[in-house]
Amino acid sequence: MNKTRWKNIYSELKSNKLGYVSIAFLVIFIFAGIFAFLAPYDPNQIVVQDRLQAPSGVHFFGTDDYGRDYFSRALYGGRVSLMVGFLAMIIATGLGTTIGTISGYFGGLLDNMLMRAVDILMSIPAFLIMLILSVYLKPGVGTVILIIGLLTWMNTSRLVRAETLSAKEREFVLYAKVSGQSSFKIIIKHIIPSILPTVIVSATINIASAILMESSLSFLGLGVQQPNSTWGSMLNNAQGYLSDAPHLAIFPGIFILLTVLSFNVLGDIFRVAFEPKLNQR
Amino acid sequence: MYQVIGRRLLQSIPMLLFISIVCFALIKFAPGDPVQSFVTPNMKPEDVERMRHSLGLDQPNYVQYFLWLKHLLTGDFGYSLVNNRPVLEQIVTRLPATVGLMGASLVIAVILAIPLGMIAALNRNRFVDKLLNLISYVGISIPTFWLSILLIYVFAVQLHLLPSMGMRTIGQDSFLDIVKHAVLPCIVLSFSFLSVYIRYVRSNTIGQLKEDYVQIQYAFGSSKLRILFRHVMKNVLLPIITLLGMSFGDLITGAIITETVFSWPGLGSLGVTAAFGFDYPIIMGITMFSSLMLIVGNLLADILYSVVDPRIKV
Repeated sequence: MNKTRWKNIYSELKSNKLGYVSIAFLVIFIFAGIFAFLAPYDPNQIVVQDRLQAPSGVHFFGTDDYGRDYFSRALYGGRVSLMVGFLAMIIATGLGTTIGTISGYFGGLLDNMLMRAVDILMSIPAFLIMLILSVYLKPGVGTVILIIGLLTWMNTSRLVRAETLSAKEREFVLYAKVSGQSSFKIIIKHIIPSILPTVIVSATINIASAILMESSLSFLGLGVQQPNSTWGSMLNNAQGYLSDAPHLAIFPGIFILLTVLSFNVLGDIFRVAFEPKLNQR
Repeated sequence: MYQVIGRRLLQSIPMLLFISIVCFALIKFAPGDPVQSFVTPNMKPEDVERMRHSLGLDQPNYVQYFLWLKHLLTGDFGYSLVNNRPVLEQIVTRLPATVGLMGASLVIAVILAIPLGMIAALNRNRFVDKLLNLISYVGISIPTFWLSILLIYVFAVQLHLLPSMGMRTIGQDSFLDIVKHAVLPCIVLSFSFLSVYIRYVRSNTIGQLKEDYVQIQYAFGSSKLRILFRHVMKNVLLPIITLLGMSFGDLITGAIITETVFSWPGLGSLGVTAAFGFDYPIIMGITMFSSLMLIVGNLLADILYSVVDPRIKV
């Protein structure tokens, strides 16, 4: 990341008001997740006589069907949701970048095989496979992260491959080759830094989609299991109390929406900032 | 042209074969055991073994796969482990519901996206554009199931305007009844596609308006509307076709979730039930069908593209 790129991001942020709002939301959610232990109540404490209360000064977001404080549950749920999104993104982006650069840099038969594999993986309905795997495997946070990460790297690898193809023709890469550097070193020291913008953009979008997928899986009752909860699994539970306690369905949904939206907005800002040609949007 | 289509279809055969192997392996190597869902506490181990044998589950995995494949080639998708009905029959009876829902949603999304995207482009950076931009961000980011819940709450629970579950009212068999049931799931499914398409139409229109041919038309005194509808729109439509082809994957995901929330009797909800019941013949059948849909969708988009734009070869 050089100075020009930072400058571009800054000027793009200035022209796109949504960008500041997104950053503000993400900062709030991330801090809320980190400091979830400051929650006013124990998120798992059951108080039966207080069940399904509407939001009030005592319980900011009301209480759920077991009388648990919904605000505290939302704090802890957000922590797990964000963590799953972040770690799944790391896996997907890492894998996509590795395979994309190898495929693009070495070309030939290896490239052909890797890209055919990507084609095949992309014609499997990924969400269906995620669903099946989460039924068959031991459910839990780790499983969800792995499943999402391992099934969503394909797009990144395609984008990274295309960028690598043009990056490897650049002069500094040719010089590095001529001066006898190993392929591994060239990829790490020259190719990856020059394709970093693409990686960052797709990482941002990957977080957004990972959070959406986790929430969908948890909503279907797969994904993250009790006593852990995420915004998605809170919504699964809320579905049964729509007419009595609609607030149960509203809060977690808004948080998912705002988080995903913020990452999507940031992704767009990075994309425009990194590609000066696109600047006149 | 026909040769190309034939070649693409032939290419999809090894792909489908490979997908089936991957899927079969995933199911088989995963720790879940389909027999466990039938076992009752007072069953003896011999009974369990007999059941395993009768289902063919005691054979080596590769034998099971080849048996499955052999039957598949004769058009036999096997039988559901849960209700013993033929897989193909269940899929075929549910296919129209899913295809209808998807088709309607896609058509609605395209029909709305073209004018909205063009309006956004014409009012670039003005209020309308910014509003549409925000709406499309929401459409891309909103969890489908949450939007479904909200719509159910407003239109079914509060206003009692629309049904929230299923496809037909019991005892009623009219098209209008199905349409009524389809309104909410259709809104949910089309919203996210609409959002993606609006952005493409907008940026394409902006790009096209800068082209020389537009300036020339202006110079000849054509009206703005005429230029938009007679010339710009044609060029804007093209990328939408590719997008349609690429949408099939998301469409299947969307259908799985939306159908589950609305109890829509389609392939998606069948898939979810099958996954929960370890019903692997159904899971395999649905995976094959949806992969085929994905491949055919992409192929159709490519063909359509070359039909609409002769400059492009398949």
